Amino acid sequence: MTHRIGQTLSSLALGLALATTVLAPAAWAAGASDTDQERAARWQEIAKSIFGDRQIAQTDSLVKIDAPVRALDAALVPITLTMPNDGQIKAVSLIIDDNPAPYAARFEFGPAADPAELKLRVRVNNYTDMHAVVETQDGKLYEAKQFVKASGGCSAPMGMSDEEAMKGMGDMRMKFAETGAGKPVEATLMVRHPNFSGMQMNQVTRDYTPARYIDKLTVSAGDQKVFTLTGDISISSNPVINFAFKPDGKPIQVAASDNQGGHWQHSFTPPSPTN
Amino acid sequence: MTAPAVHPRAFPGIRTLSRRGALFGGLCLCCLPTLGRAAESFTMEEVGPGIFVRKGLIADATPENADAIANIGFIVGQKGVLVTESGGSLADGQWLRAEIVKRTTKPITHVVLTHVHPDHVFGAGAFVQDKPVFIGHAKLTEALSARGEFYRKRLIDLLGEDRTGPVVYPTLSVADTAEVDLGDRRLTFTAHGPAHTTSDLSMIDSGSGLLFPADLLFVTRIPSLDGSLKGWLKEAERLKAMGPSRAVPGHGPVSVDLAPALADLTGYLTALRDGTRAAIAKDVSIEKAVDIVARDQRDKWALFDTYNGRNVTVAYQELEWE
Ligand SMILES: [Zn+2]
Repeated sequence: MTHRIGQTLSSLALGLALATTVLAPAAWAAGASDTDQERAARWQEIAKSIFGDRQIAQTDSLVKIDAPVRALDAALVPITLTMPNDGQIKAVSLIIDDNPAPYAARFEFGPAADPAELKLRVRVNNYTDMHAVVETQDGKLYEAKQFVKASGGCSAPMGMSDEEAMKGMGDMRMKFAETGAGKPVEATLMVRHPNFSGMQMNQVTRDYTPARYIDKLTVSAGDQKVFTLTGDISISSNPVINFAFKPDGKPIQVAASDNQGGHWQHSFTPPSPTN
Repeated sequence: MTAPAVHPRAFPGIRTLSRRGALFGGLCLCCLPTLGRAAESFTMEEVGPGIFVRKGLIADATPENADAIANIGFIVGQKGVLVTESGGSLADGQWLRAEIVKRTTKPITHVVLTHVHPDHVFGAGAFVQDKPVFIGHAKLTEALSARGEFYRKRLIDLLGEDRTGPVVYPTLSVADTAEVDLGDRRLTFTAHGPAHTTSDLSMIDSGSGLLFPADLLFVTRIPSLDGSLKGWLKEAERLKAMGPSRAVPGHGPVSVDLAPALADLTGYLTALRDGTRAAIAKDVSIEKAVDIVARDQRDKWALFDTYNGRNVTVAYQELEWE
């Protein structure tokens, strides 16, 4: 019982050298008691490290984040990003401010994308602000924010050995929701991959399992790109991404790679549109 | 639920105050292990001949309760004492050890580590001095290697280092079944497949016929899923097939009739499985599923709102790959 005791506790201050870019090393030891001001200052620092000196305007129409205020499972926090699908969104980035590697994911949309609703599952290591930053076709940046209470998601051990966790690595599935002809198709992409965070203990060596995570994932509908995802250790194991695309009758291609040279490719046939 | 009711009773056949206990109490009352205010009413109940169980709180770990939330206890045999569950913290284990030495001078020869969860293993540190055999599932060592320090740091944040204790590893691994002979009674252990966790060990006492399923059986408190939902339903069948009529659940009353308790447990697990499967089939997202699956079980379980959503999250990940 009571694994992952208490979501009210501060995160573990593990002094780890992560095999991934740590954008704001000072940030992630932060506790649950930080003031809004401290959080805002941290966000400024992170935003600068990612976007440089570019201005980021607030928005409540160009992107919206939905996340549970209190996560049920810090290693799997479901996130929904809602955006307009009129072609003006070029990319969206998700940043989990107080995670060891805050830059969780970046989606760059292609012509076959329908970015109206994008879902993914992430690890949250601490009480944190989460930021979504969209880039519009004219190169402007807009941000939205959501506060999430969770703790220990990055270091939470999996309930199995590394070997078991890596079983079937690279397997993929895609599910398509039924839609009418001419409408965007909603799809769920599932990828078997442990997405080791580098902060989880190996069961045999009692040492940290090196970070191994999907760093690039491209989905195309025929020749047209739907999106390219750049990922990091904050994405939950066995990544699941819900997205929508504009079908043109051709198969959906998925190509994924991880930071240790793994590469996988799969093709899926969407149901033919019916009236 | 608040603190459990006190059931003072005599312990026939067991010395009420051992020499060790008297000395201990007489010399230094201030050093007697305590669990803090919430635990003062804790007491051992004799659930079978020479079998004592302390009912854990139906609550989550807090600084006040020292993680004394699981049903822990011991069995006094001719040759020695077997600790059925060690407790949720060093403090909880020390409390249990004091209860043992109050009642018998027999050596503590065995301590069972029923599975990886902190409320069941962190009491073990209190028994290291007795040099017992620590009995665990063959997968427990690796599970503790992966999670032990993680749990320990969490518990230290809550209780402080002194009351938390070390991660203690099994010295006797059970891959299938094993038997311990205490002279007048034998304890038979079964290592289960992934169910509540991946390291669940159950035990049957030949003296009383009682089954000790640990967290394979939750009563009153909502079951928490951390292994395999389908596996748990399978192992529940196996417990039933073992044939005992009474059991000491990991959480809930100190002893129960097995058949109805298992029926309630599998009722919940089945609702969780079927509801989650239905959600996946209808493309209901995980964040919506947590609010709708197994809702009809809500009135039947304590802490439902705290754990059901998490159980759905775990079940969803298992079943979405079916
Ligand atoms: Zn448990």
